[in-house]
Amino acid sequence: MEKDDLIEINNLTFSRDGRKIFDGVDLTIKRGKITAIMGPSGTGKTTLLQLIGGALKPEQGQLHLNGYNVPKLSHKKLYVMRQRIGMLFQSSALFTNLSVYENVAFPLREHTKLSESLIYDLVLMKLEAVGLRGARDLMPSQLSGGMSRRVALARAIALDPELMLYDEPFTGQDPISMGVLVKLIKKLNDALGMTSIIVSHDVPETASIADYIYVLSGGKIVGSGSPDVLKQDDNPYVKQFMHGLPDGVVPFHYPAQNYQDDILR
Amino acid sequence: MLRGVQRLGHTTINQINEVGRAGIFILKTLIRKPRPVRSFPLLMQELFSVGVLSLPIIVVSGLFIGMVVSLQGYNVLSKFSASEELGQLIALSVVRELGPVVSALLFAGRAGSALTAEIGLMKTTEQLASMEMMGVDPLWKIISPRFWAGIISMPLLSIIFCAVAIFGGYAVGVHWLGVDSGAFWNNMQSSVDFRVDIINGVIKSIVFGCVVTWIAVYQGYATVPTAEGIGRSTTRSVVYSSLAVLGFDFVLTALMMGGW
Repeated sequence: MEKDDLIEINNLTFSRDGRKIFDGVDLTIKRGKITAIMGPSGTGKTTLLQLIGGALKPEQGQLHLNGYNVPKLSHKKLYVMRQRIGMLFQSSALFTNLSVYENVAFPLREHTKLSESLIYDLVLMKLEAVGLRGARDLMPSQLSGGMSRRVALARAIALDPELMLYDEPFTGQDPISMGVLVKLIKKLNDALGMTSIIVSHDVPETASIADYIYVLSGGKIVGSGSPDVLKQDDNPYVKQFMHGLPDGVVPFHYPAQNYQDDILR
Repeated sequence: MLRGVQRLGHTTINQINEVGRAGIFILKTLIRKPRPVRSFPLLMQELFSVGVLSLPIIVVSGLFIGMVVSLQGYNVLSKFSASEELGQLIALSVVRELGPVVSALLFAGRAGSALTAEIGLMKTTEQLASMEMMGVDPLWKIISPRFWAGIISMPLLSIIFCAVAIFGGYAVGVHWLGVDSGAFWNNMQSSVDFRVDIINGVIKSIVFGCVVTWIAVYQGYATVPTAEGIGRSTTRSVVYSSLAVLGFDFVLTALMMGGW
């Protein structure tokens, strides 16, 4: 493991319900960079984040995070490690019984013994960073989708994590909030010196900020490189995915019997 | 035929597995280092929502149950000119059986279903997963205070139920049906034994509290994360805990009666 690698994954294999989600995946995540894991829905991108966070255990292979062998960690050590990881869920996953302020304060109250006035300052700083300082007294049910994702982002960075995991951060966002999120992810990564992993299938947004992209398909990595390199990639799958072509190696049709036989039965 | 046997075996094994998972789940919740300073406010909050908010239904039902037992009891007792014994009848039936059992059934419907739905919805909206990823164990933060709140509030609710029911019986028996007040209380006092009747009733309600909240929190935690899944696990929570209360009531009564 080289010094500037934060995560190193070797020969990772994982199945669910008898279906192989990952079949010998190797990848490395460089410190301080934004790495994107891309691929169509159902290729196990979220599963990969859960494996990195230790919520799932691989069947085979190694997963080292900052020197920790994640699948082998004890329950207690795993929870300590997670304090240094922030994760943005696709559904935002805000605590619905707590206000915006209390949501952001939650990790601080759980993991630190800071005084109330210091927590107040920190929460306001995090909310200011995502532009929602004025919304601190609202309840999650009063927020729009884009706002709740930004609150979730403020909560995820509350403890200044080393590693941020973004699960489909752009899905279901209007163009304005999408732009805000793209800018925020880049800004936070550079300003806080974090390492970020974005799991996404929104090619233009992700490619605009990622330093390095891995493309997943069928449980394997089919392409990797910087966004510019990948756009020129000759691999038919990578080409279809990066340019959003409707038909190609991934067929438009779900496997079915012959159309003519089916309709004239 | 063979397939029927096969399916029966499959279902049985699944059920046993489920019980095992529920057992591991509750042990993981209970066996951990106590953190009194941090747990206390969480417990207080849950005692309020599980216990205090269940009070109205417990009090109202207790009152009516007491009144009905009094009416029915008087009707039968007066045929044998034994209506003076009404106090004894009400106190024993309420303290031994009706108090713990009916309050546990009401508790399962009021608090148990709410716990299951709340935890199930937290799971569906990934709140539990996000808590785990923040390095906060939901078993400690969410499950444990709710479980303890159930165990603590169930016997208290059952005692309140009994007291209100006896009062309801008194109101109907003495003020409406004309049983002598002195005989009512005196007969009650001489026949109810503190250890045999009251303590046993409280033990029952502690066991019921444990079973009902255990089923409720487990069903919530094991919910299939869809809207349909929450509905199903809430129903299951109420059905299973009602059956468990009635079943355990028989077993406990049989064990306790052994000494009489």
